[in-house]
Amino acid sequence: MRAFIKFCTIISLIISVFSQSIAAEKVDYLKTDWSFKGLFGKFDRSSLQRGYQVYTEVCAACHSMKYLSYRNLSEKGGPEFSVEQAKAIAASFEVVDGPNADGEMFTRPAKLSDKFVMPYENEKAAQAANGGAYPPDMSVLVKARGGGVDYIYSLLQGYETAPAGMILDEGVHYNKYMYGNKIKMSAPLSDGIIEYGDGTTASVEQMSKDVTTFLMWAAEPHLEARHRMGFKAIIYLIILTTLVYFSMKKIWSGIKSEV
Amino acid sequence: MSEHEYKPKSKVGQWFNDRLPLLTLANHLTDYPTPKNLNYWWTFGGILTFCLITQIVTGLTLAMHYIAHADMAFESVEHIMRDVNYGWLIRYIHANGASMFFLAVYIHIFRSLFYGSYKSPREIIWILGIIIYLLMMAAAFMGYVLPWGQMSFWGATVITNLFSAIPLVGEGIVTWLWGGYSVDNPTLTRFFTLHYLIPFLILGLVVLHIWALHVPGNNNPVGIDIKKPSKDTVPFHPYIVIKDGFALLMFMIVFAFFVFYSPNILGHADNYIEANPMVTPAHIVPEWYLLPFYAILRSVPDKLLGVVAMLSAILILAVLPWLDTSKIRSAVFRPLYKQFYWILVADVLILGYVGAMPAEGLYLLIARVATAYYFLHFLVILPVLGFKEKTIPIPLSITEPVLGGNPNLAMAKKKESKIE
Repeated sequence: MRAFIKFCTIISLIISVFSQSIAAEKVDYLKTDWSFKGLFGKFDRSSLQRGYQVYTEVCAACHSMKYLSYRNLSEKGGPEFSVEQAKAIAASFEVVDGPNADGEMFTRPAKLSDKFVMPYENEKAAQAANGGAYPPDMSVLVKARGGGVDYIYSLLQGYETAPAGMILDEGVHYNKYMYGNKIKMSAPLSDGIIEYGDGTTASVEQMSKDVTTFLMWAAEPHLEARHRMGFKAIIYLIILTTLVYFSMKKIWSGIKSEV
Repeated sequence: MSEHEYKPKSKVGQWFNDRLPLLTLANHLTDYPTPKNLNYWWTFGGILTFCLITQIVTGLTLAMHYIAHADMAFESVEHIMRDVNYGWLIRYIHANGASMFFLAVYIHIFRSLFYGSYKSPREIIWILGIIIYLLMMAAAFMGYVLPWGQMSFWGATVITNLFSAIPLVGEGIVTWLWGGYSVDNPTLTRFFTLHYLIPFLILGLVVLHIWALHVPGNNNPVGIDIKKPSKDTVPFHPYIVIKDGFALLMFMIVFAFFVFYSPNILGHADNYIEANPMVTPAHIVPEWYLLPFYAILRSVPDKLLGVVAMLSAILILAVLPWLDTSKIRSAVFRPLYKQFYWILVADVLILGYVGAMPAEGLYLLIARVATAYYFLHFLVILPVLGFKEKTIPIPLSITEPVLGGNPNLAMAKKKESKIE
């Protein structure tokens, strides 16, 4: 057993050295407690629904979310709108379909099976409309940024007046948390910019938290299932390991050697 | 294969075994005499077999849903993550499985270095292992390209560009590798093909690796030759099977924590941005397991020499059995080598750390010193140590020192149990 403890110490030491080197750059992001972190982490359902509202009323004006479909909105582990609500949300968007029997393209209200409608036809159109900067697709945005949810949450609240002496080009804004502090996106949120359906006060902080939660779900739609299964899998493994440990002790009991 | 005669009990078994001696093989594998003093560092062979099979099974499943096309690869990975039943689970096992595979292989290699398992008569096992390791790196690198994210694309660009360092034909070779004038769809499709092929090559080499192992039998912490079978050995089944099984389960718990609770911590965030040839990421870094070699590559100011240094750092291992001149295998009985061994471990960890940092200033200096030391260890320290070092007397058998009572041997045994 002593040998085994020593063995485990060395391994964990090596792992920690490497995880240190991986988490190289450390920036002090704004902190908030995310309900989806930890062994049993789950999304806050109402926060997800509010987050969707922020996304669709503010972000979606420029940012696409092309890997999500309207059906996802009513799926388990997500915002869990009812199927009727999700259908109504879908129907409020127009999609191009076709060609029909006459060979013509036509528009129709979106269905649950349709992907989220994109604000621009293509990347070039998006760039042209935004002073050359492409508003990144938001489907996996939180996984595509170093600081993850904390980074997005901080960035949304990181708009400040530029320090004296810093010259900003036209259409460029100062943000405390942006890489290089210069960002093309103007501050997207301001207090009361939207009115929440459930009566929650739409402060910048609240909206940042809600929309970041929503983005986390968009990037990891199966997060809740993953946490549930992970807990069961690890408990199962621990029980099995214990049983195997005692079997091993029994089998080796006749041999004069340390196991 | 086996020295002792084996005869199946049943008539049918005998009839079959005379024509294809599979039962003899099975009998050899279960009876295989194994030193009874193997410690937990020896369980990683079994763990690595598990890793390989896991990668092959999850990889085959992913290949059923993945589309190897520059315009669709990224999207198909998202399709796997969102819409394929348990696709997220399969992909996260496969992606983290690569890291776990390398974690285990590094422990396996460093165990071999500590206990001198590469020495006569096990040189061929060792060299086969180095070839497997090289193939693993190739497979891992090409696998990382397949999701077609930013790091995939730029990592592929940087690594394939290394071949342009070859004088005269370098540029031509790079174009040939790419199948065009930049990393693009033809590169992706051939990487996918090779990524699919290599694991099966590894599987074949693993069979040879184990075959070669079963000729002399396992080395052991004392590092002495032992009679097989004898009081010093136990049959592989059930003794080693249950011990390997226990260690494997412990390993799986760590594995599960990564898969279920931090599946993306070992990857790079930029790989969730679709490949864009027009935008270069701020820092291009390989996966953590390639970092020490990346540090060696960047520590040399000349491109060609950098590539040569990086390749030599791996290939030097293949001639290790002849660079190490000491007749004593286990570091337990080599007090000086033991210290140099831990310095080498620290050196490789430092190389890994600076490999993740930008190649400038202090980091570059550290990388250069660590690179120089790496080669110094293998080319100077090891050959000289074999002649200069005063080793501790080795016991005659695993059980003997306890029964014998010779003070020198008893001390050796004490040392041994400490390392166990």
